[in-house]
Amino acid sequence: MEIWEMSTKEILSLLKSREITAQEVLDSYLCRITEVEPLVRAYLEVLEPEARAEAAKVDAMLIRGEDPGILSGLPCALKDNLALKGARCTCASKILENWVAPYDATCVARLKKQGAVFLGKTNMDEFAMGSSTENSAFGPTKNPWDLERVPGGSSGGSAAAVAAGMAPLALGSDTGGSIRQPASFTGTYGLKPTYGLVSRYGLVAFASSLDQIGPFGQSVWDCALLLEAIAGYDPLDSTSSRKEPFPYTKHLESSLRGLRAGVPGEFLGFGIDPDVREGFEKILEILSDMGVIVEETSLPTLPYALDTYYVIAPSEASSNLARFDGVRYGFRASAPNLESMYQKTRGEGFGREVRRRIMLGTFALSAGYYDAYYLRAARIRTLIRRDFENAFEKFDVLLSPTTPTAAFKLGEKIEDPISMYLADVLTVPVNLAGLPALSMPAGFVITGEKGKELPWGLQIIGKPFAETTVLQVGNALEQEIGKEINDKIRDMRRDLTRTRECEPVD
Amino acid sequence: MTRHEYEMMIGLEVHVELLTRTKMFCRCSTRFGDPPNTNVCPVCLGLPGSLPRPNREAVRLAVRAALALNCQVNLSSRFDRKNYFYPDLPKGYQISQYDEPLATGGYIEIEEPRKRIRIRRLHIEEDAGKSMHAGDDITAASYSLVDFNRSGVPLIEIVSEPDMRSPEEARQYLEKLQRILQFARVSDVKMEEGSMRVDCNVSVRPKGSDVPGVPCELKNLSSFRAVVKALSYEFERQVGLLEKGEKVVRETRHWDESKEVTAVLRAKETSEDYRYFPDPDLPRLELSPEFVDEVRNSMPELPDQIVSRYVENMGLPRYDANVLTSSPALAEFFDKCVELGAEPKTASNWIMGDLLGYMKAKGIPYEKIPLEPRSLVEMLVLIKDGVISGKIAKDILVKMIETGKDPRTIVKEEGLEQISDEESLARVVEQVIANNPSVVEEIKAGKEKAIAFLVGQVMKMTKGKANPAKVNIILKDKLTS
Ligand SMILES: [Zn+2]
Repeated sequence: MEIWEMSTKEILSLLKSREITAQEVLDSYLCRITEVEPLVRAYLEVLEPEARAEAAKVDAMLIRGEDPGILSGLPCALKDNLALKGARCTCASKILENWVAPYDATCVARLKKQGAVFLGKTNMDEFAMGSSTENSAFGPTKNPWDLERVPGGSSGGSAAAVAAGMAPLALGSDTGGSIRQPASFTGTYGLKPTYGLVSRYGLVAFASSLDQIGPFGQSVWDCALLLEAIAGYDPLDSTSSRKEPFPYTKHLESSLRGLRAGVPGEFLGFGIDPDVREGFEKILEILSDMGVIVEETSLPTLPYALDTYYVIAPSEASSNLARFDGVRYGFRASAPNLESMYQKTRGEGFGREVRRRIMLGTFALSAGYYDAYYLRAARIRTLIRRDFENAFEKFDVLLSPTTPTAAFKLGEKIEDPISMYLADVLTVPVNLAGLPALSMPAGFVITGEKGKELPWGLQIIGKPFAETTVLQVGNALEQEIGKEINDKIRDMRRDLTRTRECEPVD
Repeated sequence: MTRHEYEMMIGLEVHVELLTRTKMFCRCSTRFGDPPNTNVCPVCLGLPGSLPRPNREAVRLAVRAALALNCQVNLSSRFDRKNYFYPDLPKGYQISQYDEPLATGGYIEIEEPRKRIRIRRLHIEEDAGKSMHAGDDITAASYSLVDFNRSGVPLIEIVSEPDMRSPEEARQYLEKLQRILQFARVSDVKMEEGSMRVDCNVSVRPKGSDVPGVPCELKNLSSFRAVVKALSYEFERQVGLLEKGEKVVRETRHWDESKEVTAVLRAKETSEDYRYFPDPDLPRLELSPEFVDEVRNSMPELPDQIVSRYVENMGLPRYDANVLTSSPALAEFFDKCVELGAEPKTASNWIMGDLLGYMKAKGIPYEKIPLEPRSLVEMLVLIKDGVISGKIAKDILVKMIETGKDPRTIVKEEGLEQISDEESLARVVEQVIANNPSVVEEIKAGKEKAIAFLVGQVMKMTKGKANPAKVNIILKDKLTS
């Protein structure tokens, strides 16, 4: 078995026992990247020389008997909206095409401290605006399960890299589902932490009150490990929480007996694919068998969540993206005067979806419309948060499918923004309420023509800062159903390698 | 109607830089005058991914300013974003406070006429960078350069009600505001260095009307003098329009210092919509009552309090008290002199007369007094003890400033002790009498006033060192004997 085929836990224990070196681990992943990246296109940039230097450093530490940290040479991919000092940080936008970050994001600095080796920067929807990674200015990423389908988005590159075996771990960001939805589409595990648990310093902002950085992995344990490395108060982020970080990996094992899980009926009313729904019911049965008390519940304001989100997120984005003006860094269009320089730079530098959202947000904040849009949305957001609070008085977790359907086809929704937005209908409410939620692969649906199997994800939503509970539920369920899923992942990865063998290099 | 039948309504918006060592939302230095773009970091450059973190010291100073201006401090306030595009605004928005400011409802008292000017609000915001154009302005320039050293420097904006009725009242308000903030150690408040910036809102209406006129905003006012001139100009202009039956248009006008007129900037923004909304990167600014109390209790003594101390406790004329409180350094200097034993009025006379006169002549600012209080007090002792004459003291004061020596050393080195011993004085007096027979005759004939001439001659011969009182006695004695 190649190193890249092993579980993260196995690799880590071999690294710690010095049976393999960080450089060997890195080599294995670089080799895998060479093999399948041309098909998947998960990366915008592979940082090979830098990664080799980092891996050598970790090996030297291990040889000297020093502790290189809890990641100890594990490779990790970074979404391209996270600042890594000295590396380009493009947010998959032409406007930042050549911008090199002069500083490390807090989460990146923390991963460095724990001995992570950065494989590269992954593709995404431009400025994290999208649900398919098709809005990248540098071309879409493909879903390793079916190269004609999208990996989800906006963290599609990170999700696809982990799914295809091109990285054991990856970081993404989640504003309305941008970690969970691609995790669901690619059969990976993705966690959106509670708002404020992970510092946003160094994450290029999309919607500041909704954005959270979170981990992708091949198991619940992976997510716990990565979260452990990046969570905790950061004085550089005024919205970061002072709650003490937690050794999540050490508290994963727990019986689910007596745990109360609510299933909000509203979540099942959004055009859920019948196969996904059937799979979801099956998962509920499995959980019941494990001793979980599963009950239906109601979150009456949920149907307003998507509308609310599409006022608040673009409003914040319109302001957050104002700094990309061609004056100090990034793309600048040549123009005869300042006004037209602004117009041309932003008109040419931003993609269509980004421009659309900037215009939406600018409108919603305008004098005369502010009360009707932004202010009203902020009020509904409070009601949605209260709905969740009420539900959590009765339940420990809430469950739903992560997305209404499995991965859709490339190009299928790109011309229809509203149907694209609906892909996030089940994830968006969680961001509005600032809650933690995990998406884990929970089953497969068979798609029409080729009879290919595509994964779908289960969303486990917890109370604020109850990541432990969420991870415990995920972990217990993974132990129950994970084997079948891992077998299918192995097959998918083999298929991918074979596909590569028969396709010409491009 | 003549112009005497109109009145002005003036409201002022004053921006003041706070005296913090570091910026409002990062830890870069606020030092003025450093090479361009040296005090910068990802936060104050607005780099992607950077986030603001509030400066506690800036909040302290802002609260202190609010209390010094008699404002109500709001324990919960909020930071908002003011969105607009300009090259020196690195984030494309300025972090400010909009509908929930730090403080509201204060006032300043002015003297002529004695009245209160109400302060509507005081809020915290960050400064922008500074643009330099290779040309008249950004549209005419072939290129422009931006210095971000100032970007993110903490500011407070103090907005008055339109309570001022003349340019002179506006000037008094600004001077008072400047003094209060200086004494509160909140800001340097220097218009030349840009640590104080003033915008005016001015309208006119017929006297007695309770309907406000259409206001214009005046910008680019770089001194108090400019404020007064621009307001006076604007009064004439607006009255002129109304007299012709035309309307005043609500607009922003720039003061042209060289032409001494206000003019509308070339039609720029259609209408300014800053799209304010709460900054999602910053939690609400929550202050504890204890924090506000602590700021209140550690408030430095303010000019009004000092003036009444000088007038009521020390018996100084109000005029003196006002002059001595024109800068904290001056008041401190005076207080120190009194503490060291100087008689207050005597010290005040010397400070207001010779010391400030010297400083004014040399262009030394009031906050950089070039003399130790101890030296002045020692000099006053020498005068009182008759060691030196008041006339000689005037020279000694200048020498003390220019050499840094104490007065005793100067007196000794230059032999400036007053000549009081009668034998020496008698010898000089005799010589003067011998040299001026005609004057002596006049005096003997009853023209007593001419004695002053002879005293002057004695002073001249002794290079001012003779004790004039004694000279007078000896002269009278010799002439009548
Ligand atoms: Zn800075």
